[in-house]
Amino acid sequence: MDTLYLIAVTIIKTAIYFGLLMLHVAYATYAERKVIGHIQLRLGPMVVGPHGILQPIADIIKLIFKEDIIPSAVDRRIFTIAPLISLTAALSTFAVIPVSEGWVISDINVGILYVLGIAGIGIYGIIFAGWSSNSKYAFLGGLRSAAQMISYEVALAMSLVGVILMAESFNLTEIVNKQAQYPMGMFLLPQIIGYFVFVVAMLAETNRVPFDLPEAETELVAGYFVEYSGIRFSLFYLAEYLAMFCMSALATICFWGGWTVPPFLVEIFPFIGIIPGVVWFLLKVYFHMFLFFWLRGTLPRYRYDQLMSIGWKVLIPLALINIVITSIIKYYS
Amino acid sequence: MNLENTKELIINMGPQHPATHGVLRLVLEVEGEVIKRCIPYIGYLHRGVEKLSEDLTYVQSLPLTDRLDYLSSMVNNVGFCIAVEKLMGIEVPLRAKFIRTILSEMARICSHLVWIATHALDIGAMTVFLYAMRDREKLLELFEMVTGARLTVSYPRVGGVRCDINEEFINELSDFINKFPERVEEYETLIDKNRVWLKRTKGVGVITAEEAINWGLTGPTLRGSGVYYDVRKFFPYDAYDMVDFEVPIGKNGDIYDRYKCRMLEFRQSARIIKQCIEKLPEGAILAEESPKIRMPSSPLKIDKNDIQFEIYVEDRNIEDFIKKFTDVYASVEAPRGELGFYIVCDDSAKPYRMRVRAPSFVHAGVLPKLCEGALIADVIANIGSIDIVLGECDR
Amino acid sequence: MNPTEIVKRLKDSFPEEILWYRCFRNECDVTVKKEKNREILLYLKNTPSLEFDYLIDLTAVDYLGFREPRFDVVYHLMSIKHRHRIRIKAEVPEQGCCISSVADIWKTADWFERECFDMFGIIFKGHPDLRRILLPEDWNGFPLRKDYPVHSDLGDKEWKTYRELKEAARGWKDNES
Repeated sequence: MDTLYLIAVTIIKTAIYFGLLMLHVAYATYAERKVIGHIQLRLGPMVVGPHGILQPIADIIKLIFKEDIIPSAVDRRIFTIAPLISLTAALSTFAVIPVSEGWVISDINVGILYVLGIAGIGIYGIIFAGWSSNSKYAFLGGLRSAAQMISYEVALAMSLVGVILMAESFNLTEIVNKQAQYPMGMFLLPQIIGYFVFVVAMLAETNRVPFDLPEAETELVAGYFVEYSGIRFSLFYLAEYLAMFCMSALATICFWGGWTVPPFLVEIFPFIGIIPGVVWFLLKVYFHMFLFFWLRGTLPRYRYDQLMSIGWKVLIPLALINIVITSIIKYYS
Repeated sequence: MNLENTKELIINMGPQHPATHGVLRLVLEVEGEVIKRCIPYIGYLHRGVEKLSEDLTYVQSLPLTDRLDYLSSMVNNVGFCIAVEKLMGIEVPLRAKFIRTILSEMARICSHLVWIATHALDIGAMTVFLYAMRDREKLLELFEMVTGARLTVSYPRVGGVRCDINEEFINELSDFINKFPERVEEYETLIDKNRVWLKRTKGVGVITAEEAINWGLTGPTLRGSGVYYDVRKFFPYDAYDMVDFEVPIGKNGDIYDRYKCRMLEFRQSARIIKQCIEKLPEGAILAEESPKIRMPSSPLKIDKNDIQFEIYVEDRNIEDFIKKFTDVYASVEAPRGELGFYIVCDDSAKPYRMRVRAPSFVHAGVLPKLCEGALIADVIANIGSIDIVLGECDR
Repeated sequence: MNPTEIVKRLKDSFPEEILWYRCFRNECDVTVKKEKNREILLYLKNTPSLEFDYLIDLTAVDYLGFREPRFDVVYHLMSIKHRHRIRIKAEVPEQGCCISSVADIWKTADWFERECFDMFGIIFKGHPDLRRILLPEDWNGFPLRKDYPVHSDLGDKEWKTYRELKEAARGWKDNES
C-alpha cells in the first residue's frame, strides 16, 4: 500500500512539476524575444494577444502541426531518437531540484552528482543529431558541441566542489540549509570565484552566447539541428531551454541560497518573511535567465580555439584554486 | 591510429549561406576546424552588365550601374557619369558637384552601416545590426526625399544631377549629421570595448602592405594595411578637392584595423557632408552640353581636340582607327574601394565597350590567401572585413 | 611624372615593341606588341621614378571588323608613390589567341585574367589556374566578343545545363498535377 501511495504521489508531483516547467519554457521563449527586442530597439512579438502574450502558444501549435521532414539520406533510427535523448536528459535533471523546503520529487543525497551526470547525457542527443543528419554543417556542430561540453563539464563540476566542501553534502536541500549561517544567507560571497566559473561554464554548457558555437548561426547555419524541422526541432529547443532553467536553478541553489530570504532583508522589512520560499526561488531563477538573454543581446561569439583555451587555461585553473582555498579555510576554521 | 585513410572534409559554404553576403560560394577543405584550402566560386549573380551596356545608349546604361553595388548605387552612378563626362569633355556645374559629393558620402555612410551591421552579426553581435539599420533607415528616407528611390537611385546625370535639393532636405540632413558622430560612438561602445570582439578581430586575417598592393586591394581594405591610397585624394573628382578631410589608415592590416578604418571613415564622411552643406553654391545643376534622354538616340558629341598620337609602325594604316576609338578610364572611391569605369567610344550613341573595375571582384580574389590556415569562424570574419557585394563582384 | 615623359622613357627602352601611343584627356595609352608584354610591364614596375606597383585593371576589348589583330588586352597601371597612371595595350590576334600571363607579377591579375579568358577566350600562357570564373564551366562561347549576340535566340546553342534544368522542372510539374 505504501509503495502504491508513494508511486501515486510521485506521479502527481511529477505531473504538476512537468506542467509548470513547460509553461515556464514556453514563456521563457517569449521573455527572451521581448528582452532582446527591447535591447535592440524593437518591441518583440506584439501581434498574438495583448503585447504578444499568446505568442508561445501560437508557436507551439505551429511547431506541432508542421510537417516532420526526415531527409532521405539520414540515419533514420538515430535521427528520430536524438531529440528525445536530449529532452529526456534535460527533463530528468529536474527530478532532484527542490523549489522550496521539501518541494522536490526525489530528495536524493547525491543531488549534484545526479544533475551533472544526467546533464552530461544530453550531449549524446546533440552528437547523435549531428552525426545522423548526414550533413557536414550538422556534423561540425555536433563535433564542436561534444568538445565544448566535455571541456566545460569539467569546469562546471569543479566550480561546485567548493560548494560541496562548504556544505559537506551532495544533497541540494542540505546545501541550501547550510547557507543560512553564511553572510547574506548564501554561498555567493565565500564562493565568488566558484560562482564566476560556474556562470561562464553554464553559458557554455547550455550552448548560449557567447559560446553558442555548436549552433553558430552565421558559420554553421544552425549547427547540429540544421536538418530538423517541426516538432523534432522544437524538442531540441525545449531541451535547450530546460537546460537553461536547470542551470539557473542549480546556480540559485548552490550560490544564491535557494528559496531562503537573505536574513538582513527580513530584518529591514519583516513582512517579506510571509512571502513563500518558492517565490524567492523563482525570482532568483528568473534573474539568471535574464542574464542569459542579456548576454545574448550584447556579446559576439567566441572562436572555437578561444573557447577551448578559456575552458582549459582559465576556468579550470580558477576552479582548482578555488577548491584549494576553500579546503584550506575549511581545514583551519 | 591509422591515419592513412583519412582525408580532409570538404565543406561547401554557399551560395545559400547566411554569412557569405549574397551568393558567394566557398569550397573549404578543412582538417578539423582548420582550413587547408579555400576556393571561391563567383558568378551566381552574373547579369552581363558589360555586355548589356553595349546594346544600350549611354543614358540607358546608367540604371545598369545601380545594380552593381546595390548598397551604394549613388557612387556607381557618379562613377559612370564621371567617365562619360571625361569622355565628352563636359565641365559639371559647381552646385551639381557639391550635391553629388553630399549624396555620395551619404551612400558611403549607408554602405558602411550595412557593413558594420552584417560584420557584427557574422561575428555574433546581433544588436549592432538593428542599431545600424535605424540610422540607415533615416538616410534612405533622405535619399527618397531627393531622388524618389531608396536603393537604386539613378540620380546623377551625365553633366550634373537630375533635380535640385531643397531646404527641407538640407535641414534634415544637417540634423542627422550633427547627431551621427554620437551614434558611431554608440556602436564603438557596443563592439570596440568588447573583449570578445577584440579577440576575434585582432591579429586575424593579416595582410601586409606589399601584399595588399600586389593583390590590388583598394579602399578601406587597402588602407587597413597602412597604404595611403584614396581616389578622392589622388585623383580628385566632384567637390572632393574643395573640402577638407582626412583619410584614416591602419597599421597591422588585420580585421580590426580594417574595421577601425571604416569606423573613422564614418566621421570623415560626416565631416565632408557638413562642409558641403556650408559651401553649397547656387547655380545650375546640369551642364548645357549634357546628353538628353532621347529615343532614337543621337551620338555623343565628343570634343577630340586634345587627342595626340604618334605612330611608330610604317606598314599599318591605323590612323583612322586611333582617331575613331577614344577611351577613358575614370574611377571613384566607392565605399568598397576603387570603382573604375573604362569606356571605349566609337562615336556612336552606345558604348563600344564598358568595363567595370569592381573592387569586390578583386577583394573576393584575396579570400583564399586570407582563409588558408585560419579557422572556419575566421572565414566568416574575413568575408565581413573585406566587405564584398556580390552584385558588383559578378556584374 | 608627365604621361608623355613616361611614354618617352618606355620608347627609349623598347624601341621595337611600341607600336603607337595616344594621349586623350590627359590619359596616355601605349600599344605594344604582345610578345614582350611581360618585359614591358616588369620594366614599368621596377624602374625607379616610374614604379608602377599597382595593377588597377586588366581587361580586353574586341575590335572585330575594325582592326586586325582583333583584340586588345588592356592593362591599367598606377604608381601609389608617384600618383600617375598609364594604360598599356597589347594586340592579340584571333588566331592562336594567347598572351603571356602576368599573374606572377601581380597577384590581382590572376582573377582578371580568368575573367578575360571567360569573356573573350584569350588564353593567358603561364596562368596557374585558367578556368571560367563568372560563367558556368560548360558554357559555350565567349560573351563579350562582338560576334556573340546580346539577345538570346540561340536555339540549339542554348546552354545545355539550363535546358536540362528546364526540362527537369517541367517533369516535376507534370508529376505534381
